[in-house]
Amino acid sequence: MSEPLVKVRGLKVHFPILGGIVLNKVVGTVKAVDGVDLDIAEGQTLGLVGESGCGKSTLGRALLRLSPVTEGSVEFGGVDVAALKGEKLRRMRQDMQMVFQDPLASLNPRQSVETILTEPLRAHGIEYDRKTRVRDLLDQVGLPSSAAQKYPHEFSGGQRQRIGIARAIALEPKFVIADEPVSALDVSIQAQVLNLLEEIQDKLGLTFLVIAHDLAVVRHVSDEVAVMYLGGVVEQAASDDLYANPLHPYTRALMSAVPVPDPTIEANRERILLQGDLPSPADPPSGCRFHTRCPFRQETRCHTERPELRVLEPGHRVACHWAEEIVSGQIQPHEVTPEEAAEAF
Amino acid sequence: MTVRTTTRRHQGGPTEVLLSVRDLSVTFGLRGQRAVNAVDAVSFDIRPGQHVGLVGESGSGKSVTALAVMGLLPKRGVKISGEVSYGGRNLLTAGDSAMSSLRGRDIAMVFQDPMTSLNPVVPIGRQLTEVIVRHEKVGKAEARDRAEALLRKVGIPDPGRRLREYPHQLSGGMRQRVLIAIALACEPKLLIADEPTTALDVTIQAQVLEVLKDLVTDTDAALLMITHDLGVVAGLCDEVNVMYSGRIVEATSRGLLFGEPRHPYTGGLLESIPRLDSPRGTPLRPIPGSPTQTIPWSEGCAFAPRCRNKIDRCTEATPTLADLGDRQLRCFNPLAAADTSAEQVKA
Repeated sequence: MSEPLVKVRGLKVHFPILGGIVLNKVVGTVKAVDGVDLDIAEGQTLGLVGESGCGKSTLGRALLRLSPVTEGSVEFGGVDVAALKGEKLRRMRQDMQMVFQDPLASLNPRQSVETILTEPLRAHGIEYDRKTRVRDLLDQVGLPSSAAQKYPHEFSGGQRQRIGIARAIALEPKFVIADEPVSALDVSIQAQVLNLLEEIQDKLGLTFLVIAHDLAVVRHVSDEVAVMYLGGVVEQAASDDLYANPLHPYTRALMSAVPVPDPTIEANRERILLQGDLPSPADPPSGCRFHTRCPFRQETRCHTERPELRVLEPGHRVACHWAEEIVSGQIQPHEVTPEEAAEAF
Repeated sequence: MTVRTTTRRHQGGPTEVLLSVRDLSVTFGLRGQRAVNAVDAVSFDIRPGQHVGLVGESGSGKSVTALAVMGLLPKRGVKISGEVSYGGRNLLTAGDSAMSSLRGRDIAMVFQDPMTSLNPVVPIGRQLTEVIVRHEKVGKAEARDRAEALLRKVGIPDPGRRLREYPHQLSGGMRQRVLIAIALACEPKLLIADEPTTALDVTIQAQVLEVLKDLVTDTDAALLMITHDLGVVAGLCDEVNVMYSGRIVEATSRGLLFGEPRHPYTGGLLESIPRLDSPRGTPLRPIPGSPTQTIPWSEGCAFAPRCRNKIDRCTEATPTLADLGDRQLRCFNPLAAADTSAEQVKA
């Protein structure tokens, strides 16, 4: 495989917790992203799934340097974005764009669609023909050219998200991050936006990072999927492989928790119910972050040693000490009581 | 595992109807403003112990239906007509005091956002005992014991300590469990759950749904589940009503709805959801347009502007909710059925 477009190594994003009344003393750190390695090949879509608070959005923002990077490197086409500053970073952003979750909050209500779509071009000093460029962008996202003179409030949620996508591709970037692109939309609209994202990728050959909590959505759009839990990637594999053959206990639990719109499957499938909530990223559990809720937990090693992301099968990486034993059935799941799960909380 | 030692209150057979909603319409609109028909002639029945789903997208009127049943809509600017009968009484004409002795005891409700439906400045223990003391002749100490048992039942660890805590000290999933505990404190005969898991993560959603299902089954309560998520309905409900733009467009048993949807809207919804169990690369067939693109029901079918099966008649006449035997369907040109019952609708 050729050199990946985006190469993340040992990325950490920590936020200080400030305390005290007069002096803002640092009393702790929230380890939102804590040691992540990721590769995204050019033209591919990587899906990033996890529950709220697992650090997936922070990771996405850190890749674009919208969040400060505490440690580690983010190489984009051979350049370490994490080390860039000022004008150089600004130039770099031309190639990296973002689609946000809430289209109403991320579009300026006082700007017309035309202004919204041409602002990135003006900011980067790119010559453009106002009429054709805007019409062309609107056309690509399936909006009529009459939309150019309208304001965000005049559109429905799905149309607003289309405007957000048009803005992201206005600079013809190489890499686009979509953070929960459909979770604010109605069910019947989600499919439209998902199809649009795929269509645009095919046409423009973009590299995508799609961040979402919905596994079905991520699976649908991604070539490769990474599952995050409490600041770290616990499993990464090709999309089909991950869903056919999940190796990490958390991935298995996550998949079994997604309701399927089919009563016969709902009635018969295996369910792994996790106990308790996500532990606080300010005080993560020792060893494997997932051990407090893991039905396959084994004594001592899971408590003391943090598992590395290791290659188990070609292209399938897992961060679990016991992945082989769990797959072969040597380790059987046991009950986790709410009390045990709550200990870390 | 029951908390109450008294005998169960309901003794209805399977044919008896617990709650019957007939031609319920809710219109919003202050003087001088255009009226909005949020709920339009909605009818459905809930039998004791039955789990009924009410499915629709935002703006379809599903929540307003629930609020109207509970008598929780404001009086000003709202016009409600039709009938909601429960135990031989029409709840729409029942007085405030009659309703408040009914609410929480006979019919309880769980709302979507647990942070806004719990009082932030009152410990959750007091919010729980409040319901019990209000509706039953028990002392404070006994109510507290019951509250603790309830919290344990919904899977909250260390309930004694949690009773003294405030809502902000609990996680989202725990708050939703507390709400379920409050709703089921007096073992109501009907629980209305309005998007109870929409604000939660999938693993927490699975936990909360499991608790809800267990408790409802344990106490023989009927459930009206209001949701936009067909997956939730597939795991929980016996009967499903699909709403679009204020009206029910298809109502049938769970198996038929998912196995053989007849209304183009139901079919479209099922085809547009990415699923974990379908082979990857299966293209999604989205429903075109958006839920705001409707025509008034008085001028035709509200779904016609987005419908793939649209025929001329759809914009000329209003389809009625026809009884096909195995389901109720509001459509002139429904999706093909396995048998030939399509003829009946057109007739």
